Amino acid sequence: MNKNIKFVQGNEACVEGAIYAGIDFFAGYPITPSTEIAELLSRRLPQKGGKFVQMEDEIASVCAILGASLTGHKVMTATSGPGFSLKQEAIGYACMAEIPCVIVNVQRGGPSTGNPTHVGQGDINQARWGTHGDHSIIALTASNHQDVFEMTIEAFNLAETYRTPVILLFDEAVGHMREKLVIPEKNEIPIVNRLRTALKKGVDYHPYLPREDGRLPMSDFGGDHRYNVTGLLHDMWGFPSNDPKVVKGLLHHLNDKISNNIHRITRYKEHYLEDAEYILISYGSSARTAIHIAKNRRARNEKLGVLELQSLWPFPKEMVREKCRNAKAVLVVEMNMGQVLAQVKACIDRPETVFLANRIDGELITPSDVKSILRVIQGRGV
Amino acid sequence: MQAKQYIRERFFPHMWCAGCGHGIVLNSLLRAVDQLGLDKNNVVMVSGIGCSARISGYVDFHSLHTIHGRALAFAAGVKFSKPELKLIVPMGDGDALAIGGNHFIHAARRNMDITAIVMNNRIYGMTGGQFSPLTGVDKNTSTTPFSNIDNSFDTVELATAAGATFVARTTTYHVLEMTALLKKAIEHKGFSVIEILSQCPTQYGRKNKEGDAPAMLDHFREMTAKADSEKIKKNPGLISRGIFVDRSDKPEYCEQYEKIIQKAQKAIKGKQ
Ligand SMILES: Cc1ncc(C[n+]2csc(CCOP(=O)(O)OP(=O)(O)O)c2C)c(N)n1
Ligand code: SF4
Repeated sequence: MNKNIKFVQGNEACVEGAIYAGIDFFAGYPITPSTEIAELLSRRLPQKGGKFVQMEDEIASVCAILGASLTGHKVMTATSGPGFSLKQEAIGYACMAEIPCVIVNVQRGGPSTGNPTHVGQGDINQARWGTHGDHSIIALTASNHQDVFEMTIEAFNLAETYRTPVILLFDEAVGHMREKLVIPEKNEIPIVNRLRTALKKGVDYHPYLPREDGRLPMSDFGGDHRYNVTGLLHDMWGFPSNDPKVVKGLLHHLNDKISNNIHRITRYKEHYLEDAEYILISYGSSARTAIHIAKNRRARNEKLGVLELQSLWPFPKEMVREKCRNAKAVLVVEMNMGQVLAQVKACIDRPETVFLANRIDGELITPSDVKSILRVIQGRGV
Repeated sequence: MQAKQYIRERFFPHMWCAGCGHGIVLNSLLRAVDQLGLDKNNVVMVSGIGCSARISGYVDFHSLHTIHGRALAFAAGVKFSKPELKLIVPMGDGDALAIGGNHFIHAARRNMDITAIVMNNRIYGMTGGQFSPLTGVDKNTSTTPFSNIDNSFDTVELATAAGATFVARTTTYHVLEMTALLKKAIEHKGFSVIEILSQCPTQYGRKNKEGDAPAMLDHFREMTAKADSEKIKKNPGLISRGIFVDRSDKPEYCEQYEKIIQKAQKAIKGKQ
């Protein structure tokens, strides 16, 4: 038997991805449906000499991983709904101080305590705008365990590349479902490590002076360069500043480093998309339903395909517009009240051709839920 | 001591008001670090938000100026990920014990080797003089226009009950004592808490008619006495200064975790 094949929960696939990416520090606080990630890492991390700590709450957990990232470690925390809300202030701090980290949100039904043991996809907008102020963010998602594994690695890679928090927006169904996972050999998937300064001891290091390509080489806390990290707007030394030029320059840098690289960050999959007249746009566990429908319709020679989004933020506007250019209609399949729908409508040439097939009752969206909407769109009656 | 050796001159002048006690804390702290002969590359100062928290920007250590109340949580991440570093966490009374109260008690319980300094001016200086959990009943602040009915914490009792393994108190009047206690706190292996009564003439002093900075310092001299001294025995109403807890029976967290790593690795070796 090949020992690299496993039959696991989505949450376990996430842990395997994190280990493959080189995680060595995790801090968390238990919450359904993400708890397995903490439980598994409490065992796996010390086995590889890494550190696991259960903190007093979600705020402390995210703060602890940020501290650990600054000493040069690859860090992650995992949570769900209410815990994700608690982490928002520190996520903004990580954006401002440009601290690489991965934050997993295994989504459940909300708002508030909501529907803890049931699936939801209601935190899409919160992942983008949960913390205050103009900032940028990267958020990835996945619909099956192989992709959960790969997107987790991508999340670490992007966090280290762009010095930013990356949010992994999974959902309860993917997190708890069991399926096959093949763990690739070492080096099969590239791993990105952070850029570290080559400046020697005694040479002035400017922690917040971007290179021409927008990247900022880091220096580990405890190393030769001592510098200041702050959540206040700051100059190239990391010293607080409210000089209008510095303020404007920093805000542009923080946003541009992501938006200028949207083509590098965008991740998606096409299922039967070529020549599709009807396109289902979906992500996470709802994409499984969409793919199922497309497969059946194609068998009947119907031109219907799926655009599966794997990066939700920055929203891949150009790509979505391009893919949907020739579609008669676009149906967004999601488990919220239209959070991705709004993004698709905003970027597509003919927003009146975009429709929503959703479910918000804590149950997985089924093929018949989607088919009943499709029938109307395709003019085949109600 | 050459203070310049430990400060970032580029970041001066500092933002504190004339007469603020926080500068005195900075002075004593640098003396403590100097006398201990710590390597600057080995010291990390983590702070939250407040006038007090700005102290981290002025020192030439690795410095992490975080968000309000969360300094100890960030510090835990720094320390746990790199236990060879010395962690010093200065906090205001609001920062440490209001918004940061939960992190404070859990840091004490966990007993990671971190030095927490509570710079207690009994008020929210930075936001303009609102009451804190250390203000005290009947005091005047900008959010108690009809007098304060909020009871106070006693930092020493709280830290002790929560399990801190070193607990001390002093004031900005007693600068030599402060340096000596800071040295002990920093050297202590485990979670150490030192409360330093620090004057805020601009907010607390003005609102409570305590006079200017020298008058407030004088007041610290009058209202405190060394723990176990004759003076405090005769005047139990005074606030005692000195060391209240100094224990080594409770293991330090990072050291304990090293044992967990060994256990975990032994368990996989056993399976192979
Ligand atoms: C989450 C959050 N809430 C409130 C504030 C506003 N705020 C800044 S400093 C501060 C209190 C400062 O008082 P203290 O911690 O006692 O320090 P001091 O300024 O007196 O030294 C408050 C409430 C903030 N920055 N963040
Ligand atoms: S307001 Fe008070 S605490 Fe803040 S700098 Fe002025 S004197 Fe110090």
